[in-house]
Amino acid sequence: MENALEIIKLNKIYRNNVQALDNINLTVKKGDLFAFLGPNGAGKSTVIGIISSLVRITSGRVNVLGKDITKEADYAKRNIGLVPQEYNLCQFIPIEETMINVAGYFGIDKKDAEKRTYTLFNQLGIWDKRKNTPRELSGGMKRRLMIARALIHSPKILILDEPTAGVDTELRLTMWDFFQEINSQGVTIILTTHYLEEAERLCKNLAIIHKGNIIQNSTMDEVFDMKKKHTYIVKTAEDIHQEIKANGLIFKKTDYKTCEITVNDGISVTDLIDKLKSLGINVVNIISKRNKLEELFMDLTKEEITI
Amino acid sequence: MKTEFLIAYQTIVRKEFVRFARIWVQTILPSVITIFLYITIFGNFIGDRIGSIDDFNYVDYIIPGLIIMPIISNSYMNVVGSFYSSRFQKNHEELLVSPVPNSIILLGYITGGVMRAFVVGVAVYLVTTLFTNIPIANAWLVLLITFMTAFLFSTAGFINAIYAKSFDDINIVTTFILTPLTYLGGTFYSIAALPQIWQDISIFNPIAYIISAYRLAFLGLEETSLVLSLSIIFILIIVLFLSALMILSRGIGIKN
Repeated sequence: MENALEIIKLNKIYRNNVQALDNINLTVKKGDLFAFLGPNGAGKSTVIGIISSLVRITSGRVNVLGKDITKEADYAKRNIGLVPQEYNLCQFIPIEETMINVAGYFGIDKKDAEKRTYTLFNQLGIWDKRKNTPRELSGGMKRRLMIARALIHSPKILILDEPTAGVDTELRLTMWDFFQEINSQGVTIILTTHYLEEAERLCKNLAIIHKGNIIQNSTMDEVFDMKKKHTYIVKTAEDIHQEIKANGLIFKKTDYKTCEITVNDGISVTDLIDKLKSLGINVVNIISKRNKLEELFMDLTKEEITI
Repeated sequence: MKTEFLIAYQTIVRKEFVRFARIWVQTILPSVITIFLYITIFGNFIGDRIGSIDDFNYVDYIIPGLIIMPIISNSYMNVVGSFYSSRFQKNHEELLVSPVPNSIILLGYITGGVMRAFVVGVAVYLVTTLFTNIPIANAWLVLLITFMTAFLFSTAGFINAIYAKSFDDINIVTTFILTPLTYLGGTFYSIAALPQIWQDISIFNPIAYIISAYRLAFLGLEETSLVLSLSIIFILIIVLFLSALMILSRGIGIKN
């Protein structure tokens, strides 16, 4: 399968001598819904900036749909849609004008741009707000506007940098459906997010960047296979007076009736409850502390995630 | 020009026109009021006591300079204000991620500045007709100098917008460079009437050549060689335009 994106030995050193990227390699296959994860300051936005021509390359190469972005920048730009992390909208003009202007930059005439705007705004539920300026929109609506703007020229690759940040749960679920729908139509999606549940739910493949290096690049299934331990938060009926000692369990008391128990992969929740019962502990409630991807992410980056 | 680039150019121009037309009270009206006051005070109240210069009424003598003043400031302010505002809101990234060539981006913004300059120029000229019936010796020359001047200062405004780090930086150039050069460029007097030292200094003031050429176009009064004036404006346009293109292609101020 042809690659949508190839990053080869990419380096980026900023003017203040900060090395943001250290010789990274990355491949995203055409049609993929790819998670690009990393803690704050890891280099995600630099990579996205380089792919979308907002940041200059120090050395290395980036190919978009097989073509070098420094040699064929126009080709890359025509095939990429970018939803940046920060709002970068003109605050003073109606949002439909923003769409028509951006379409114009891609050589799409006004009539065609109006049709595309109608379709996208309806799909994203903001058609009624077309006469409003971004200042009059909620955070969720601004996000949807930025997604519509990124899709106005029908790109083959959509880069979503924190697309659901600050969006309520209901809207987030709607947006997930939308991403999956356009992905099913053949659009390659590269998603960065701090909501690891989002990546786990949507993406088949992922890369994790940390301190300018790609420290994980695999399928989601391979990631889950790597995770050998799992932590549960257990609420008990009685106060816990002593440390729970049993094979394959790591115990940490957090409250009189609450503890965290880490188990080796292969021990199910039922096994854990039975084991605790055999030790005289009755479980009232048990929940997974984090999802698997979060746990792996924490292990790999050894940093707290800002969510 | 490829069709898609033509559409991109038209889009930038339309966006710029709509921007300044939408806020005409801030963009067009102030110049009209300022010139009305200038003509009332300097042209009528003070001008009557000054009499004539080179056989022209004082009010007629200063009107070409009074018209070119807002043309300079509006073409400059339109581009610097619009592009810096885009940088400030980061929506200039809409252009950077699109395949629009740098030359089209630059020409689009400059055209916006030139359009505002023409709108203001016509409005100000109409105001002057309330006070005097100023002759136009060569209408084509008036249009040519208006265009070249607006083009020059729009380009300068674009460069300023790229280097500006705050809205204060925009006003610094206007306050400390443009306004003094305009006032010292002979709007209200003839350079030839100045002491020799000031005449020598004025040689380095490009606005003095513009005002002189504009006065020739309106009044037929040649204070400085027209060829020299047009050559200086043309050379400055080329230098600033190429500089702006180079700055854009290097991504200075707009790319990391």
